[in-house]
Amino acid sequence: MKIVVCVKYVPDPASQPRFTAGHTVDRENVPGRLSELDEYAVEQALRVVDAAPDTHVTHLTVGPPQAAEALRRALAMGGHAAVHVSDDALAGSDASATALVLAAALRRLTPDLVLCAMASTDGGTALVPAMLAEHLELPQLTFATEVSVDAGTVRVRREAVQATEELAAELPALVSVTDRIGDPRYPSFKGIMAAKKKSLQTWTLADLGVPADQVGAGAARTVVDEITARPPRAAGTAVQDDGEGAWHLAEFLATKKFI
Amino acid sequence: MAGIFVLVGHIEGQVGKPSLELLTLARRLGTPIAVCSGSAPEALGQYGAERVHVIESEDIGAHPIGWVQALAELAADTPPDAVLTEATPHGREIAARLAVRLGGGVLTDAVDVQPGPDGPVVTQWAFAAGFTVTARVARGVPIIAVKPNAVVPTPAPVEPAVTRARLVPDEASLRTRVVSRSVRESTGRPGLTEADIVVSGGRGLAGPENFALIENLADALGGAVGASRAAVDAGWYPHTHQVGQTGVAVSPQLYLAVGISGAIQHRAGMQTSKTIVAINKDGEAPIFDLADYGVVGDLFQVVPRLLDEIARRRA
Repeated sequence: MKIVVCVKYVPDPASQPRFTAGHTVDRENVPGRLSELDEYAVEQALRVVDAAPDTHVTHLTVGPPQAAEALRRALAMGGHAAVHVSDDALAGSDASATALVLAAALRRLTPDLVLCAMASTDGGTALVPAMLAEHLELPQLTFATEVSVDAGTVRVRREAVQATEELAAELPALVSVTDRIGDPRYPSFKGIMAAKKKSLQTWTLADLGVPADQVGAGAARTVVDEITARPPRAAGTAVQDDGEGAWHLAEFLATKKFI
Repeated sequence: MAGIFVLVGHIEGQVGKPSLELLTLARRLGTPIAVCSGSAPEALGQYGAERVHVIESEDIGAHPIGWVQALAELAADTPPDAVLTEATPHGREIAARLAVRLGGGVLTDAVDVQPGPDGPVVTQWAFAAGFTVTARVARGVPIIAVKPNAVVPTPAPVEPAVTRARLVPDEASLRTRVVSRSVRESTGRPGLTEADIVVSGGRGLAGPENFALIENLADALGGAVGASRAAVDAGWYPHTHQVGQTGVAVSPQLYLAVGISGAIQHRAGMQTSKTIVAINKDGEAPIFDLADYGVVGDLFQVVPRLLDEIARRRA
């Protein structure tokens, strides 16, 4: 079985985000990393390998040159190979263009199972998995909190807003996983060393047959006109409870008409 | 009649508040066309749906892709000026697939939508709500997933024209099978994302049994119950109540954090609340940096007294 895990190189959430002149997220001039939520998807792929060692796992990303770091990190956790779609024409791509390019790469990689995180930790739109499923005409099983693959069928459990659901689909299929699905393994020293020898291919848009005018800032379906930092919330009043704290709080809630 | 498609959720005719908010927003942009399944609830006309398009299908209920097909079929017939969905996982999936199918552009997590010279102007909060973003769809049909509480739903009664269409799900729509679906028992409390008041508990509660305090306080205020990731990971409260980056993002009128320190992941899910109140024994906890009002003290003392005080004032 072939699994492809789609991963993303994101600005380190601990650092202050920066934006380009075109109001897109600056991924080139800030410290970046493999999106933490992607590690849960990588982990699930590796668990399939643990149970079925003939499974082949490829990590796939679309991003600037530095995005290779995210692939090396995923390879250090495990898996066999990585593909990095990188092309100057991709700068400023929105979710639609990213999904278009990932879909083109997935058509070449022909996986039985596509694994994604529930969302990225930067844009956080959670759109790309469903867009990929649509492009590739795959059944989608999203926001999984449990996943299992057996005899050509993938099953997931998920907590929807009003119900707990079990979904199933025949492979090939696309699954996105939440951070409830099980803690990702930490790369071992051996894993980090082994990752350096694993195949990491770089593909361009031409390799994939995606016209450059369908991606990048110029083709973006969505445009950001303005980004402004929200003023930090000013801390208000704090009282030390000396037995009267609840009374003071009730007073506050009453003046705000909550009680 | 070009219009604004509004994907409406209702349970046996009871239209959810987020759907009424979408109709209210749609009126700003054009002619609201409500799209729903089963029946045409009266509330849709009361909130300005000029047309109600009812999808008849047994399969459409649980899974998003049938809706994608239904909306795409309707769009082929009546191309919309925009499509509005809720920014739930369900609504996002529909928005994402529909955008690919219609060649539209999607904006998610809208906290405001206004008409503009080049189509709807969407306001979003990005990066743990640290930034305000205004964006629009430059190519294709604008498809906008809107967060609950983006607007106060206001009635504008009309007599809607009701149309019906039978959906015959295509093969692709049926490939994901719902093997089982167990609907959670209703708590009788408002839903977390749409509640005006949210009371959340964290690690400070020290055990699952003490969440009764949070539930009592939520009930006294007519609010929903939330929980921090620490409390959920400890198994004290169901994950569906987790407020934060990978749980639910809320933006109520009042957010009351009890025994929650205010880690960045939690703040990402609540710091846009209009008023924030914190009760925590650690005066250095980061939650106090956000709180409009804070009580530094033992929650096991403060919360019962607060409940008594609320009861006394109501008596």
